[in-house]
Amino acid sequence: MQRSIVNSYELRNDFPIFKKKINGKELVYLDNASTTQKPYTVIKSITDFYSNYNSNIHRAVYQLAEEATTLYEQSREKIANFINVRPEEIVFTRNTTESINLIAHSWARTNLKKDDGIAISELEHHSNIVPWQILSQEIGTRLEYVGIDENGFLDLEHLIELISSKKVKLVSLSHMSNVLGTIVPIERIIKIAHENDIPVLVDGAQSVPHMPVNVKNMDCDFLVFSAHKMLGPTGVGVLYAKKEVLEKMRPFMGGGDMIKEVFKFHTNYNEVPYKFEAGTPNIADVVGFGAAIDYLKKIGMENIRKHEIDLTEYALESILSLNHLTVYGPRDPNYRGGVISFNIADIHPHDLATIMNDHGIAIRSGHHCAQVLMQRLDVPATSRASFYIYNTKEEIDKFVNTIKEAGRIFKI
Amino acid sequence: MSDDIYREIILDHYRNPRNKGKLENADVTVHDSNPLCGDEIDIHLKVDEGVIRDVKFEGKGCAISQASASMLTELVMGKDLDVVKDLKKEDILENIGLTNLGPARIKCALLSLKVLKVGMVKYYSENDPKSAEQIKNESSLY
Repeated sequence: MQRSIVNSYELRNDFPIFKKKINGKELVYLDNASTTQKPYTVIKSITDFYSNYNSNIHRAVYQLAEEATTLYEQSREKIANFINVRPEEIVFTRNTTESINLIAHSWARTNLKKDDGIAISELEHHSNIVPWQILSQEIGTRLEYVGIDENGFLDLEHLIELISSKKVKLVSLSHMSNVLGTIVPIERIIKIAHENDIPVLVDGAQSVPHMPVNVKNMDCDFLVFSAHKMLGPTGVGVLYAKKEVLEKMRPFMGGGDMIKEVFKFHTNYNEVPYKFEAGTPNIADVVGFGAAIDYLKKIGMENIRKHEIDLTEYALESILSLNHLTVYGPRDPNYRGGVISFNIADIHPHDLATIMNDHGIAIRSGHHCAQVLMQRLDVPATSRASFYIYNTKEEIDKFVNTIKEAGRIFKI
Repeated sequence: MSDDIYREIILDHYRNPRNKGKLENADVTVHDSNPLCGDEIDIHLKVDEGVIRDVKFEGKGCAISQASASMLTELVMGKDLDVVKDLKKEDILENIGLTNLGPARIKCALLSLKVLKVGMVKYYSENDPKSAEQIKNESSLY
């Protein structure tokens, strides 16, 4: 049975890292948009794999290899089920970044040509900017930026104009901003794009870990995300694309496992998704990702979303009452994820993060791999606190008190 | 801890930086940034007969990087290049009174010295390539 709300205090016991003390204080981990902590079940599944099943997958016929292959493919099924697609539509990569690069290389290079536009927004992470810049330099595609308003919402009118005038041939958008938390109305955008026969890539790195994402409802052409931002290990990313699309795409890397038959001068490629998984993959961590999915499903993604709305509302209310503090992004927690970016007076985010660290609080400071957005906000950097299932209101109180403490140290 | 880092003098140099701005007719201008933080420093040098006659810096970033740059300009103003060329990172950390910084924040403190050394290499490479090489080789900042 699912718990109706997330009991963070109880959940924390599942995460060994919270036993660690930072500067003699309990760890308050508020950098979840960057990476999340790992529960025992995930850590155990990885050591269990190496202790009991370690072997290479897909080729050998002995028992161990069959067990390893089964575990690896079971993870693929779990992930497919989690976002409501077929297992053969899940390609394992290293991370979201690699997934986007794979699409740029294997899909865009063949399907786009000189002067074709690619629509992205000012909210994007560098991973959804730089691959398209590289592609543009190589084949002459053009980047079209969709702006944001002062609350961090996309300029939908501009996007729709780009789509309906067929100026763009691909829309590639972050579903949830890793800086402002803005949740983009992606289903509406995809519907309009599809009416104009334009495919949509959804960067789900921030959304898939924090809210229910159902690809069948969303109907995106590509969805990319990373295991490590959703309790899983680092080194595992996911690319989803429809089977027909994957089948038409050219390979990303050549090598073992992605082949059916190799001859001296040509090769017949393996079927999807294996065509895109050249070489020995990150087997143990894929298995670990399966355990993370199990853990998240037990809590329920609806509950996780509710918990984060609750925390975000509480945190926003607390910090907005402070003097000299600027919060960036939407104010209504229903339109944003649990990510709060802010600046206070002339305290540089790195100085604030140093003071936070004294109190065992891990927040992020800097440009968050979103320098285009920093330029739009006209700030060199922001401080960012981002939440997950194990964060509590008590931790948010500590965080807010430490902002006050920083104000005292900086004499503001 | 933080109270020791953000002492009065650091906050003072952060909020009232010395020798800040552009230098017209500078002999050398160098820019560098710390991609980790986005800290940026430009240093302008006016050099005459082997002496730093004037120095100014421009920049943005955290209190440590900006205070350190401000204090560095005071340290090298009017000094012989021969003396400045031998400045070590320990000298800078001592100069700003922060000897206990962690690996991430130490980069903030040393960014201005790095920019200054690059500037000196640039200056020497035109008329004294040997000294330029020497600075490069001896500076662990490279």
